[in-house]
Amino acid sequence: MGEEYRLTLAGLQALLDALGARGYHILGPRLRDEAIIYDEVTKLADLPAGWTDRQEAGQYRMERRADNALFGYALGPQAWRRFLQPPRHTLWRARRADPAADDFDILPADTAPPKFAFLGVRACELHAISIQDRILRDNAYADASYTARRAEAFFIAVNCGMAGGTCFCASMGTGPTAQTGYDLALTELLDATRHEFLIRAGSARGAALLAILPHTPANEADRAQEAAILADTAQHMGRTLETNGLKERLQANLEDPHWDEIATRCLSCGNCTMVCPTCFCTTLEDHTNLAGTEAVREQRWDSCFTLDFSYIHGDSVRAGIAARYRHWLTHKLANWVDQFGEMGCVGCGRCLTWCPAAIDITAEAAAIGRATHDQEDQHGNA
Amino acid sequence: MKAAPLRPAPYRVRRIKRELHGVTTLELVPAQGAVPAFEPGQFNMLYAFGVGEAAISISGDPAQADCLTHTVREMGAISTALAQAHPGTMLGVRGPFGTAWPTRAAEGLDVVLIAGGLGLAPLRPAILRLLAARPLYGRLILLYGARSPNELLYRHELEHWRQRLDVDIHVTVDYADAGWHGNVGVVPRLIPRLGLDAQNTLAMVCGPEVMMRFCGAALHDAGVAMDRIHLSMERNMKCALGLCGHCQFGADFICKTGAVMRYDQVAQRLRLREI
Repeated sequence: MGEEYRLTLAGLQALLDALGARGYHILGPRLRDEAIIYDEVTKLADLPAGWTDRQEAGQYRMERRADNALFGYALGPQAWRRFLQPPRHTLWRARRADPAADDFDILPADTAPPKFAFLGVRACELHAISIQDRILRDNAYADASYTARRAEAFFIAVNCGMAGGTCFCASMGTGPTAQTGYDLALTELLDATRHEFLIRAGSARGAALLAILPHTPANEADRAQEAAILADTAQHMGRTLETNGLKERLQANLEDPHWDEIATRCLSCGNCTMVCPTCFCTTLEDHTNLAGTEAVREQRWDSCFTLDFSYIHGDSVRAGIAARYRHWLTHKLANWVDQFGEMGCVGCGRCLTWCPAAIDITAEAAAIGRATHDQEDQHGNA
Repeated sequence: MKAAPLRPAPYRVRRIKRELHGVTTLELVPAQGAVPAFEPGQFNMLYAFGVGEAAISISGDPAQADCLTHTVREMGAISTALAQAHPGTMLGVRGPFGTAWPTRAAEGLDVVLIAGGLGLAPLRPAILRLLAARPLYGRLILLYGARSPNELLYRHELEHWRQRLDVDIHVTVDYADAGWHGNVGVVPRLIPRLGLDAQNTLAMVCGPEVMMRFCGAALHDAGVAMDRIHLSMERNMKCALGLCGHCQFGADFICKTGAVMRYDQVAQRLRLREI
């Protein structure tokens, strides 16, 4: 981590102004529809001052804080994914002279990638982006749109001053402190006497921007206050997940009856995959105009909870909800390790919060294979 | 890292052949440039204007460098649009993708090729390569199962191969008609009767998943090593680049580590439902 400095509220506004002047489209937290969402931010008044979120499995409520913290919430429903890999994206267009023509031309549809600055990126989200990098950027083939958007983006992390009721980043080793992957990182220092930020640069361009902002060196007291905040956040995670041996246990218990029990509760709505910051699955869709002369190919987010997802000639491979939930959970926490060397879960808790049936990935992952383990324990004790 | 080739290249249908009811073989030539080299067992993504893209195995001769050959069964909107193309129709092609039949590793060994239904199409490039280099291989056996006699693919070519004395061909059907004098029953039942020299045998199997599961088990029972049994797996395919997630089969992306996979790597999963 770089040298720490103090940044005042005026300094934070100066940061927004400087990014705007450099052509960045700044996206940050805003209060809308009784939730924290990421949208355009140009001034501090846009930020959700004094608001916090209360989260539980299947529950999300905005509440007033006793103070005016700008980043005094845990996480909203949206991940930054929607800006790096948009929910719907045109890949190319095709055109033919008339509907009966044999020939057609395929024309690229790509425009210059937008230049985003993301304000308020949580440590778990930075980690989720690094996970998506491995899949969409550093794979045998790269997703050109993702790669271009990702390369342009400027990341301003904000370390978590509180843990949400569904958070378990401490179990996943992804938070609550941003370790890497940011250009600038902030920690909000707020008490009766002051409202400031501790700021550090994590990249050359972050350092260059920091240099032109009004800032003063941080002192020991500032660092101690930050350390205390982050230690407190880490100690108050709403959930925990034991990852030791988890991959092996899940892969060895694919026929556990508990999958069927989950299926009695799971609605297969796909909410968990829509809010997940690491989910990357997309489908390709084709549309034509009414005349049949123009065709467009779009890439859009897909969910492994749909029947279409596994459809092959006349049938879906994963016809039952148990199979679809098993696919999702074993992918996140087990098969991802075989594929990309790490789990596809950062412990952000969104899939719990936004599940209409309040299904808790940490509880279900802990339950799979438990019967087998209990039996083994009994044999061991006998 | 390569830029994602999500944009198809234009090809033109040179020739079509109606193989069976609803099954057509297309010969495609590029509108510009050369046909890319491919290995037996690989597939292309074929695009019909405005309708969409489907993963179709290459069924042509790998030694024939001037066109891409694909056999398509009319199943849904895309495959129907592809199969109903006529000479001159332009189609889009991305590929080739995926792993190959182990025709090199099979050199010096007896080779059993087992096809079910349209599964003969992805095996055809391997069969043609083996026949073209016949002295490199030991005994060659082709087992082919179809639903009924009038659903036998490449019938003319099967007759032609049968006339060669250096290939054992066994054809079986699920439902015979009055004119059928051959085997009746499922393909795996033929395996124990082959008198395989199991220590020196390699197998390539392509067909419905349940048929491959039973063939894998029967070959293993006959003594063929699991890592010498190769199956062509199938899952929903969208991007073919390992980016879209659809073709996952456990931890495998079929477009990357398949379609041709070793039985020892997939046997556990074949046993399970809805993986």
